Amino acid sequence: MLLKRLTETNGISGNEKAVRNLIIEEIKDYVDDIKVDKIGNVIAYKKGSIESPRVMVAAHMDEVGLIVSKIEKSGLIRFMPVGGLDKRVLVSKPVVIGEDKIPGVIGAKPIHLQKGPERSKALSYQQLYIDIGASSEEQAKSNVKIGDYIAFDSKYVEFGKDLVKAKALDDRVGCSMLIDLLKSETNISIYGVFTVMEEVGLVGAGPAAFEIDPDIGIVLEGTTCSDVPDVDNHLTATKLGAGPAVSLMDRTTIFNKKLRNTIVNLAEENDIPYQFRRTTFGGNDSGKIHLAKEGAITATLSVPCRYIHSPISVMNKNDYKNTGKLLKLLIAEIEKGGLM
Amino acid sequence: MEAKEFLKKLCDGVGVSGYEETIRGPIIEEFKDLTNEIETDRLGNIIAVKHGENNKKNIKIMLAAHMDEIGLMVKDIDDDGFIRFTTVGGFDPRTLLAQEVMIHGTESIFGVIGAKPPHLTSPGEREKAIKIEDLTIDVGFTKEEIEKIVQIGDVITLNRQLIDLQGSMVSGKALDDRAGVVTMCECAKELAKLKHEADVYFVSTVQEEVGVRGATTSTYKINPDIGIAIDVGFGATPELPSEHSIEMSKGAGIAIGGNIHPTLREKLTDVAKEYNIDFQYEISPGPTGTDARAMQITRSGIPTLLLSLPLRYMHTSVETIDMKDIKTSAQMLARFIASITNENLEGLLCY
Amino acid sequence: MEFNGKLLKKLVDTYSPSGNEERIKDVITEEIKGLVDEIKVDALGNLIARKKGNGKKIMIAGHMDQIGLMITDIDDKGFLRFTNVGGISPHISLNQRVIFENGTVGIIHVEHIEDMSKMKLDKMFIDIGATNKDEAEKKVNIGDVCVYHTEYYENENRVMTKCLDDRVGCFIMIEALKKMQDTDNDVYMVFTVQEEVGLRGAKTSAYGINPDIGIAIDVTGTGDTPKARRMAVSLDKGTAIKVKDRSIMVHPKVKKLMADVAKENNIKHQFEVLEYGGTDSGAIHLTREGVPSGVISIPTRYIHSSSEVASKEDINNSIELLIKIIEKNIEL
Repeated sequence: MLLKRLTETNGISGNEKAVRNLIIEEIKDYVDDIKVDKIGNVIAYKKGSIESPRVMVAAHMDEVGLIVSKIEKSGLIRFMPVGGLDKRVLVSKPVVIGEDKIPGVIGAKPIHLQKGPERSKALSYQQLYIDIGASSEEQAKSNVKIGDYIAFDSKYVEFGKDLVKAKALDDRVGCSMLIDLLKSETNISIYGVFTVMEEVGLVGAGPAAFEIDPDIGIVLEGTTCSDVPDVDNHLTATKLGAGPAVSLMDRTTIFNKKLRNTIVNLAEENDIPYQFRRTTFGGNDSGKIHLAKEGAITATLSVPCRYIHSPISVMNKNDYKNTGKLLKLLIAEIEKGGLM
Repeated sequence: MEAKEFLKKLCDGVGVSGYEETIRGPIIEEFKDLTNEIETDRLGNIIAVKHGENNKKNIKIMLAAHMDEIGLMVKDIDDDGFIRFTTVGGFDPRTLLAQEVMIHGTESIFGVIGAKPPHLTSPGEREKAIKIEDLTIDVGFTKEEIEKIVQIGDVITLNRQLIDLQGSMVSGKALDDRAGVVTMCECAKELAKLKHEADVYFVSTVQEEVGVRGATTSTYKINPDIGIAIDVGFGATPELPSEHSIEMSKGAGIAIGGNIHPTLREKLTDVAKEYNIDFQYEISPGPTGTDARAMQITRSGIPTLLLSLPLRYMHTSVETIDMKDIKTSAQMLARFIASITNENLEGLLCY
Repeated sequence: MEFNGKLLKKLVDTYSPSGNEERIKDVITEEIKGLVDEIKVDALGNLIARKKGNGKKIMIAGHMDQIGLMITDIDDKGFLRFTNVGGISPHISLNQRVIFENGTVGIIHVEHIEDMSKMKLDKMFIDIGATNKDEAEKKVNIGDVCVYHTEYYENENRVMTKCLDDRVGCFIMIEALKKMQDTDNDVYMVFTVQEEVGLRGAKTSAYGINPDIGIAIDVTGTGDTPKARRMAVSLDKGTAIKVKDRSIMVHPKVKKLMADVAKENNIKHQFEVLEYGGTDSGAIHLTREGVPSGVISIPTRYIHSSSEVASKEDINNSIELLIKIIEKNIEL
């Protein structure tokens, strides 16, 4: 299954190579042109049969993770975060390091040896290290080098009623839907862009949008979902199983109203459940896309994901399917014209 | 001009972000003889171009080091003639107390930074970090007198000259990043001895300290094939964790992280190893706080590298650097540039 | 110069939070359509009015948008939850009346909290007088945006109103268009969108225009109220020529140009060093290969509140300075 393969491939921001290769392999027979641009974005072009505005559909390839910053004399490995990680999720997790996927575990001082006040604080990066089982600096260095990227070791698991647990659902769900779109029949031309380094500051999207100069940008995302116990309804942002999340506004974009209303109407007409992303927290590639050159109108469709940016993000398969459906309806609608 | 002499000239000079006019002269003067073309662009960046040989594809390599320095700015003048100020760029206010300054009005005048004296402050107060609002500049004039020379918005620099420390170490203000400008200059001298195919753009950028602004527009203008920022990095001191610093006198830190093109970076380290030039690694996940950040996302994206010169006490008037690191960095840059050819460029940029 | 309070009132009374600038765009278009050679609206909604000339391409930018509150949730009892669109302070918002595009009026209040210094927007709600969710949903949807709702007031010296930031900039640009002489300069009056959320409209419109020089017209803070944060700018000391803010170090030559024009024409002015905030010039000056840019600021008290206060004389001085700059044969 494509989403399983995508989430089990590692692509920490700045090191998207494995994901990029998988995506290119997957789409190459279905598009008219593929290029990897100068900073690593994959720009695929699928030529349509009819004239239309320039449409760019984007999903980011990268995921949050860690990077090796130092190898201690003991052979233990120090690291830094790459992207917005909650450091509380790190301790006691298995990880893999570098291209050779050297396995390791994140360790810390045992609870027995921690004093009262120490126990009540979250562990800092200074208190955490990765153990690959090396007994010396030399042995560690023969497997791992400074600057190697570190990913969570977490398998794709289906569980409960229609739920999926995996790492990097943000944004391999977007990559998967975009691949699916590029494989499908569309009448209009589409630029499918798989961006790099979204998680460290929307780095890839700006240059890609500058190159393409789109009229319409559609960003596919896995987005925050806080429908867990003890959270007030108005702070949940999205709900699992309630359908694709349509963005209103975030830190980087006020989404175009006309495009947003078009999406809502399509969902209603076709009996697809949908919800608004009821928070303005965070940002995504749209922030750069809608401001490239003379500007573009943009929308974001997201699959709600609980525990995002952790090794155990969770989504609902129906949300995923419905988001993909809504995306295709939107592309068909753009074909009819009248949005610009 | 010999490197240290040039560095002294630049660091003792004045060029606060947005007001680099005064520092441009000596830089242009120095690059004039080392390059083929030189221009100052609309925001004040100096772009000096050294042409390459046999350049069929017109390869462009852009080096960027920023010529601006952090400084202060007059925001109000008290009825008693004391000057209130704000910062341009990131200062630690604690380093400003009891400093000498020059205020650059219609003429440059001397002043000192004072605050409420210790015997009038409570013991509790003396333990607290002093705030910018509590500091004033005393210029020894009345409000009326000073208003003839100084107006709101005039820039202020710390009054500090570059001094020699032990060995090849020097200390002064604005080494961040005039040391980078000198490194570019040394690189141009090295290149004169080598063959290189690429056209090399030596860009002394403006306004890095207030948001990498000069690099943003100059990179757009040049649209290079490769961008290399030369800035300073945190030199090791006892309290800094070693993974967050680079060692003094051990060569430039070569940045690793998302801001940096991985294949080009490998090429750079290969070249350094080939010529036995010292270097070390510096880990910077994501966009760095340097001109490299702006370069990478210009136009359709620019493959970017970053060299960090080890420097202690960053953003103070006693920044300290080893001249040796400037020299070895310049050699590394020159060798790297010479290694880039029409033949190998495409392969090096490939992902 | 007569102060055209009627026009300013019309502008501030027009609903226009960031991302919803359609109405104010129509009002401004109506005011200027006979005064310029071309009017267009770009992808983001910027209103770009051009008065053609063969001289320097000058971009003047004033933003049309205002800060607001966007609805994120409607509960069973019909209370609305919201988030900020631009810089909205919880403390200023408490007990304010707000109005939606369709005229629905509400009042902002807060959950019971012991320590009011911990009041945050996500603890606050809007009561629109609905008795339940269904009734509320007939008037307001998730994603709708409301703005502060207060009356315009002016006396002989001052204006006091919501969203002087930046309708006063738009006002100055319109008045300048009405009063200016013909000029060789190629003048683009750009009424920008989404300044309050990150100078967004200015960024794309400047890219399209690619001007030789950029000038934003916007409000700035003052230090002239009791025990204010120290700042030299005061009401009635004239139009303020910006030196710096967080978004720009004004190009020294542009600053000098403005100061010289003010001096030559005896226009009362002061210099402004702003330690926070930014405006459209911040985006304009970094466009393409760089655009030397400056800002004409209108000293304004209580910015981002429901009643901002400025001096009519300062506003008139700003109009005059803008006119004289536009009319000048500019060499940088």
